[in-house]
Amino acid sequence: MTTTPSRPAVEIRDLHKSFGSLKVLKGIDFEVGQGEVVCVIGPSGSGKSTLLRCVDLLEEPTAGKIWVNGVEMTDPDVEIDAARRGIGMVFQSFNLFPHLTVLNNLTIAQRRVLRRSRAEAERVARVNLERVGLTDKADAFPAQLSGGQQQRAAIARSLSMEPKLMLFDEPTSALDPELVGDVLTVMRKLAEDGMTMMVVTHEMAFARDVADRVVFMDGGVVVEQGSPQEVLGAPKHERTRAFLSRVLDPTHVAQLGQPDQSPEPPQATGLPADDRHNL
Amino acid sequence: MKLRRRQRERLSLGLQYLVFIAIIAAVLFAADWDRLKDAFFRVDIIKSMFPTIITVALRNTILYTLGAFAFGLVFGTILALMKLSRVAPYRWVATAYIELFRGLPALLVLFLVGYGIPIAFPEREIPGGVFGSIAIGLGLTAAAYMAETIRAGIQAVPKGQMEAARTLGMSHFTAMRTIVIPQAFRIVIPPLTNELILLTKDSSLAYVLGVTAQTIEITKFGRDMLNDRVNATPLLVAGLAYLIITLPLSQVVRRLELRYAKAR
Repeated sequence: MTTTPSRPAVEIRDLHKSFGSLKVLKGIDFEVGQGEVVCVIGPSGSGKSTLLRCVDLLEEPTAGKIWVNGVEMTDPDVEIDAARRGIGMVFQSFNLFPHLTVLNNLTIAQRRVLRRSRAEAERVARVNLERVGLTDKADAFPAQLSGGQQQRAAIARSLSMEPKLMLFDEPTSALDPELVGDVLTVMRKLAEDGMTMMVVTHEMAFARDVADRVVFMDGGVVVEQGSPQEVLGAPKHERTRAFLSRVLDPTHVAQLGQPDQSPEPPQATGLPADDRHNL
Repeated sequence: MKLRRRQRERLSLGLQYLVFIAIIAAVLFAADWDRLKDAFFRVDIIKSMFPTIITVALRNTILYTLGAFAFGLVFGTILALMKLSRVAPYRWVATAYIELFRGLPALLVLFLVGYGIPIAFPEREIPGGVFGSIAIGLGLTAAAYMAETIRAGIQAVPKGQMEAARTLGMSHFTAMRTIVIPQAFRIVIPPLTNELILLTKDSSLAYVLGVTAQTIEITKFGRDMLNDRVNATPLLVAGLAYLIITLPLSQVVRRLELRYAKAR
């Protein structure tokens, strides 16, 4: 995977993040190699979305350092707009621009940020719409698309900026079950094309089949990480086992025989799910 | 006899119609139509008001309104952005301005602009003469109202829109200008329409600046005619002239909203 001698795509050193008195990340050390696909799993409130958002500096870390492609994101003088150009972000709620057509969703940043001509931007946009199988939706507005189509358009929008790293924040969690497959197929294709990816997900099948490495987080720390076979197949830690049995066999949680534990994944009260409103 | 539910409803509704019609009929029959017509609807006076009421008065009303609206929109947007700024002094200034100018009567602001600025800057003139004075004088007040409307519109755009734009490498300013503000304006079209209609009528305050035959607007024109002919007909015509502006405006806005409905 990390065949190049250059620095890893993402380096995180002793990352801490608090929202007020609530400590969400408690010292994360973490790397993503060039071309590597890393899936981050864990219960709600474990800090995995916050970790992902820190990489793109959508959340300001309380302490610690982050480098992306050799650029220190946590440097107070970082040219953040330039640094973010190399990073694509896909959100749980798609966040397509509803007032623009799909094509313009894909071209607006190319034109405003990369200063590409309209013709060039549209050419790149159409190439990427083809990659996600939406060539016929170029002139539609986001509201006219299904959730799965919207998410694929959002992926194509990120790809149009030709990022070196793609971040996915629970990209299929807001989708109807029958639409999840289309999005995951697009992501798998992206991984096969060699894209460096960091994916926060609940899709264990995707993690098992596509990830080079799976990271399990709980309570703001990385509990364990390794190949999908190791983490998903033979987890070493009790917390990983408990989480996996809940996710993979949700109707038999009671059989764990731990009466003091709630059948729901532990949810930190006061922390909004997926931290989306804390910027 | 006990009435069924539907019979009771029909009876109740019938009684309401009856009362309604009775009131209208009473007013219609009791009014002295001949005297009313003589005071408010003299055809010869109506004829004498045309075409000036359209070519000059209506035109000026529209110009003053649009000028004040454009000024208020631009300035109001700036104030809204200041109010949402991370820089505290910007927020203080914007809040102070909004509170002050929402409280002051538009008439007073217009007077201060029309007479205060020429005294303060004797060598300079407000560009556009009366038009410029009215656009600024009414626009200053309108901006205070619009700023709060636009601020609410900006805040109604989901946070994810700004985040998505920023992750694509856009600066805060570019993201605001191309992503957030266009959506915010779609949200605030109805309240901004209200503001435009209110401004249409506020443009009648232009008289405090001493308008001439060329710069006269609808209300002043009607009042001058009223004094001239000692008859209220001009007021009625002037009032109806405002409807020529506001009714099509409502239609245009309805169309606009329909067009934006799918892009939302």
